[in-house]
Amino acid sequence: MRNRPGFKVFLSSLIAIAVGLLVGFIIIMVTNPSQGIKAFGILAQGGFYKGLRSTGDVLYYAVPIMMTGLAVAFAFKCGNFNIGVTGQYTMGAFTALFLAIKLEGIIPSAILWIICLIAAAAAGALWAFISAVMKAYKNVNVVISGIMLNYIGMLLTVDWVKRFIFDQAKARSYTANIAVPKMGLDKIFPGSSINGGTIIAILVCILAWYILNKTTFGYELKACGHNVDASKYAGMNEKTCTIMSMVLAGAFAGLGGGLTYIAGSGKALAITETTLAEGFNGIPVALLGANSPLGCIAASIFIAYIDLGGTYMQACNIPVEIIDVIVAVIIYFSSFSLLIKSFLDQFMDKHPSKKDQKKLENEGGSE
Amino acid sequence: MEYAIEMLNITKEFPGIKANDDITLQVKRGEIHALLGENGAGKSTLMSILFGLYQPDIGEIRINGEKVTINDPNDANKYNIGMVHQHFKLVHNFTVLENIVLGVEDTKHGVLSLDDARKKVMALSDQYHLNIEPDKLISDITVGMQQRVEIMKMLYRDNEILIFDEPTAVLTPQEITELMGIMKGLKAEGKSIIFITHKLDEIKEAADRCTIIRKGQYVATVDVATASKEEMSEMMVGRKVNFNVEKGEAHVGETALKLENVSYLPKHATKKVLNNVSFDVHKGEITCIAGIDGNGQTELVYAIYGLLNPTEGKIIMNGKDITHETIRQRTLDGMACIPEDRHKHGLVLDYNLAENIVLKNYFQEPYSKNGILNFNKIYEHARELIEKYDVRSGEGPNSITRGMSGGNQQKAIIAREIESGADVLVCVQPTRGLDIGAIEFIHSQIVKQRDEGKAVLLVSLELSEVLSVSDRILVMSEGEIVADVKPEETNEQELGLFMSGSKRGVGYEK
Repeated sequence: MRNRPGFKVFLSSLIAIAVGLLVGFIIIMVTNPSQGIKAFGILAQGGFYKGLRSTGDVLYYAVPIMMTGLAVAFAFKCGNFNIGVTGQYTMGAFTALFLAIKLEGIIPSAILWIICLIAAAAAGALWAFISAVMKAYKNVNVVISGIMLNYIGMLLTVDWVKRFIFDQAKARSYTANIAVPKMGLDKIFPGSSINGGTIIAILVCILAWYILNKTTFGYELKACGHNVDASKYAGMNEKTCTIMSMVLAGAFAGLGGGLTYIAGSGKALAITETTLAEGFNGIPVALLGANSPLGCIAASIFIAYIDLGGTYMQACNIPVEIIDVIVAVIIYFSSFSLLIKSFLDQFMDKHPSKKDQKKLENEGGSE
Repeated sequence: MEYAIEMLNITKEFPGIKANDDITLQVKRGEIHALLGENGAGKSTLMSILFGLYQPDIGEIRINGEKVTINDPNDANKYNIGMVHQHFKLVHNFTVLENIVLGVEDTKHGVLSLDDARKKVMALSDQYHLNIEPDKLISDITVGMQQRVEIMKMLYRDNEILIFDEPTAVLTPQEITELMGIMKGLKAEGKSIIFITHKLDEIKEAADRCTIIRKGQYVATVDVATASKEEMSEMMVGRKVNFNVEKGEAHVGETALKLENVSYLPKHATKKVLNNVSFDVHKGEITCIAGIDGNGQTELVYAIYGLLNPTEGKIIMNGKDITHETIRQRTLDGMACIPEDRHKHGLVLDYNLAENIVLKNYFQEPYSKNGILNFNKIYEHARELIEKYDVRSGEGPNSITRGMSGGNQQKAIIAREIESGADVLVCVQPTRGLDIGAIEFIHSQIVKQRDEGKAVLLVSLELSEVLSVSDRILVMSEGEIVADVKPEETNEQELGLFMSGSKRGVGYEK
């Protein structure tokens, strides 16, 4: 009985993906009719195009958006739209990179990566905490404070990069020489960039799921998200709920930043004044994953898969910009899963197939 | 053909429940036909079938003697069936006129044209004495007036069969009288009305015939003029219903809750909403706060329960000053509260029944340990309470409370609060909107709590409830206690005078 709504969510996500792929296919055919079918084939093969290596890369690219997606989804369960996830992610990224560079050689690298990740999570949490406290005590909308903090975070890191970890030669930050251990994954997916970050990210998602569904703390968070008045009446502290959900969300985003920038792939922070896309990309991940932590795992892997497929499509003379458009369109349509779910709801309620009659059993709500 | 509408042998089954089992409803043209049943008896399902929201498994619908199939509300509209829902379907930032024409609006060259509509609305308004003001915003008019807009929507669409789904639940006594007048006017013009309710007085007042259903089954159709209230309620509930609350002597014990000069001045307000309120609530006694809605009862309960901080005064429970304690602390100290607004405060509607039943003790053993919920214990506890308090729902503890009927939602709250083992029980309008069987049950539970030595503070707007349930009546008017009387030494007239502030009781003179 209880997994039936879950099934509907799953189905609507699948339909959304199918629609997105279809529209993407149309765009490919319009831009390059001669090689369109081949290009679409490459796109659809995505993570399997180059065998295990691509699969490993998909899992590697999924890590940052899995974490930012989780940060959006987790805050949403408590009724907050965490659009400040980019700022939290940026702070985590800078903190991890800064410590990795400055403490290298001082602390053994076997421990240092752990310290970097913990510090990254703490930095993200701190950044979210600012929004959360303003929301809890002064009722400042987290969307507004989140957007502002995105810019503040971005500009601060640009300044700090220039001051503390600036690589004159490349006009960007130095890269970290330490990295999250591979944890044996490089053996399974030879040649790919994958590392233990994937395992950490998936474990964190499972932990978040456990917190939300099995603990009194998660019970309170969700209750506040659904009905803040009833939660107050039941003696819960709605301010604590708001703050804790945002802080945890911020920690997830910050951890994502840390995992991305000490991944051993030589990623550096730029000094161009643009916000990092991984943060905002968490929003479609959360939507596609129906705001469930476990859904975020699947959704982020799917988006990484399409993304990588897009990259391989360059082999068919499709310009990078068009590929970005195609990938964006697919992700965009995939985010319509909520819309499709409401269609499904309507369809199934109007034509009650004996199976799906949860609501109706209870005689409507009006008596 | 004599019948405007006939629903013959309607059966509708949902998994686990037969919502309608061979129900027949025949409504004559130009009559008010009441549909009477307890919460969850199948009234809404039956009307949803008539309105095209569900299809019956068995049975047929005839309109003016012709067999029809109603697939959706548009079909219902085609057959001139209209419905006033219990929760109005109005756009709040639209004007009355815009709401009336919504969906059937005239356009000229693609631009909305309201002139003809205005004429028709005003003519209908005069004809039926509805006093519609077409240019007011919905958000600016009273609930009673909003309901008239809903009625006007049906008239504007030339509906002949009008369904009223519990229309009086949201109205004041004066508005109810006016509504009855309007319904009789509609009948006089030849409209057929189906009047869904569980209030017997209103059926007696307005209806011609009454069809009674119970647990999804047809019981009888009676002539209202010849059937007594007792007979109808017995048919509805399936047993004799006691209109009087059965209770013995109160054994008044020590003071459990004490208010000392509690005042409350909201921010930016100039007038105190609570003015120097002092009283005691004793164990083993039901103390009732009577008064007209909006005279400070809500704030009083909020102050006692901890949702607001009084500006002055003290609240003492079992000898302990709790004026500034948190709600959680008060709960632990032994206070329970059945809130006034069950959707806002009482339930997390998107949680299921089991999760709602532990809403106030989920953090205690055995429902959780070290912060980890123990779902087995939670569901076990929920099943116990569902059984004990006869909370009916489609899927037992797994039912999402949003989909449950109001009476069963209330029963769930009452089960939770009473079973919390608190020794001070605050009940705010515990029977609002409930049917007679449920009211009887809830009253008996409240009396039982008293007999077990609990202190009960009952806040009620219904004088009959005030007089029948309480052991002691405090009357509130404009934020003050104006009288302290015994129910057997007073009557409705005197309480009315106290409540309106035109008389003050002994010891409460100005």
